[in-house]
Amino acid sequence: MSEFRTCSITGLKVHLPAEKLIKINAVTAIVFLLVGGILGLLMVLTRWQAVHLLPAELFYRLLTLHGIAMLVAWIIFWEMAALYLTSAVLLNSRLAVPWVGWLQYLLMLVGGGIVTVIVLIGGADVMFTSYVPLKAHPLYYLGVILFAVGAILGCVVFFATVVVAKTEGTYTGSLPLVTYGAACAAIIAIITLSHGAIVFIPTLLWSAGLIPPMDAEVYRLIFWGFGHSSQQINVCTMVAVWYMLGSLTVGSSPLNEKVCRTAFVLYVLFICIASEHHILVDPGFSAAHKSWNTSYFMHLAVLASMIHAFSVPAATEVALRKKGYTRGTFEWLKKAPWGNPGWSSLFLSLVGFGFLGGTTGVIYGTEQLNILSHNNLRIPGHFHATVVAGTTLAFMGGTYYVLPLIFQREVAFPGLAKIQPYLFGIPIMLFSTFMMVAGGFGVARRSADMYGSGGFSVEYSPIVDISLSIMGLSGVVACLGGAAFCVIAVATLLIGKKIS
Amino acid sequence: MSITPVPYGWWKTPMHAEEKWWVSIALVWCIAITIAMPAWHFVGKQNSSQEYYTISVEDFNTLTEDFIEKYKSGTTGPVGDNQDEWDIVTPPPGSDIFLRSMQWRWDPVLKLKAGETYRLHLSSIDVLHGLSIHPLNMNFEAVPGWDYVLTITPTKAGDYRIICNEFCGADHHGMIGQIIVE
Repeated sequence: MSEFRTCSITGLKVHLPAEKLIKINAVTAIVFLLVGGILGLLMVLTRWQAVHLLPAELFYRLLTLHGIAMLVAWIIFWEMAALYLTSAVLLNSRLAVPWVGWLQYLLMLVGGGIVTVIVLIGGADVMFTSYVPLKAHPLYYLGVILFAVGAILGCVVFFATVVVAKTEGTYTGSLPLVTYGAACAAIIAIITLSHGAIVFIPTLLWSAGLIPPMDAEVYRLIFWGFGHSSQQINVCTMVAVWYMLGSLTVGSSPLNEKVCRTAFVLYVLFICIASEHHILVDPGFSAAHKSWNTSYFMHLAVLASMIHAFSVPAATEVALRKKGYTRGTFEWLKKAPWGNPGWSSLFLSLVGFGFLGGTTGVIYGTEQLNILSHNNLRIPGHFHATVVAGTTLAFMGGTYYVLPLIFQREVAFPGLAKIQPYLFGIPIMLFSTFMMVAGGFGVARRSADMYGSGGFSVEYSPIVDISLSIMGLSGVVACLGGAAFCVIAVATLLIGKKIS
Repeated sequence: MSITPVPYGWWKTPMHAEEKWWVSIALVWCIAITIAMPAWHFVGKQNSSQEYYTISVEDFNTLTEDFIEKYKSGTTGPVGDNQDEWDIVTPPPGSDIFLRSMQWRWDPVLKLKAGETYRLHLSSIDVLHGLSIHPLNMNFEAVPGWDYVLTITPTKAGDYRIICNEFCGADHHGMIGQIIVE
């Protein structure tokens, strides 16, 4: 059994090949977070109209890379680490077929690398969405396909590991809730990444001049089956990480396994339909088609989030009350471990995702209301609340536990770590909110200069200036919060005290 | 705990009363918003258009050119730093009007009458563009190969801008058009 070590903190058996893969995926994720974060700072300093830093061409180029580095690379690399952690480590099992895991890493790294280089040399100024017939270099599409195929392989290794654990009897009973949630995320990942591979293959052939372009609406429909549904991998993984952080920080157990697991199943069944809300103000699709699909089949995927929104905090309340914090309605909340970055990340991520991201998603995704929000700043405001304040913050919280448990090092700069989730979470919520306010006054997203240039002039309400200034300031502070996270993570790896 | 395996039988644990209440309320709310969306098509006026046709880029371009020639009432003269010019078109109320998007212009400048209804044909002759009528903040997609027909009735006189809000290349931000309502 030399392939295993026993964790001194949890007593879990850790399969060393799995541990290596978790480490390499997590480190790569953080490198992309750092790159994406630096780009994010440049983006916010450009959209903050009073500063207006970058020239148009560079802004569009780096905005394309910002989207890919964050939305795709940082999040999916971290998710791969999470998949290996929740399968091999939590189930006390060996990782099935580690070489496929390495193939996953290699394909994603090569794919991500190709995309990054092509974008930087100006071969793909097409944004994350790369809508046909706006054309990028063929290698750009190839890079995305390689990345998607790599990620699908990661999901395959996850499921194989769950099967190995079951057949080898490394655990008894049912899967832990966190692993169950990760399994649902992996199912969603396979569905959505397949859409990505499917839509980018004809696009690649078209870009290489081999076939005529596909219809712009067909591309939009299938692309969003990848583009938005892949964000549902994040939602599902984030919720799983919420349950994990609840357990690790205050020792919470789900109130009712049946309810939590049913909610995860609702995600799998209904959330992928959601992609249709991107084409609510498009020609080519009937109102019946749009209404049916954007309602996620009776908003049942929204119901799933509503259930988690209750059961995640409720589980922590029960756990804290068991510790004796029973006075009044809120003593448990007051006595919660607010200095533990895992806990504060969990709490802020819940608030940011739930109150800002999720609600605005349902509002903007309503057929009629979408007319008022389509492609203005309300949309990036919405998804910075979900993907940054929600997912990214939850993953940061998760990293504070991966560092000691997997990297076996004490978190460096514990004082900074204590405040880092606040330094990142609160400003990013402000940033998202005021982005949405500016969007409400018609400021377009993805625009290098909202006042236009050269031709007709555009005027805005004075509220826009104030909103964009608050957005700019809080965006810069959030970048500092993100930088603090990267500094802590890197310092822990380099100089963190070893745990034996 | 959420990170440890669960003994079999967890599916038999009954729900707490609080949980039942919460799930019920959430479900009712979800059903309500689900019904609201289609229902608004029957009782509300703020719905996006259901009328669209496929059309070749060349045909749409020809239709727009013919439309401009037929109803042209002047030009804007050189505008802004780039000194570009636009045709001003004054179509009769109730007519079919065309708005062509291309990298990086909206053509023509439309002069409309408040209170009158027009059938606006929206499309693109190259890549995707986004029609955002400013400052109303009304947004629709302009898609090559598709003629999107929006039935519009300007209610208030004014000088409106059309901002492109779908990324369309190097001078995307400079793609601003004009609608004048008298």
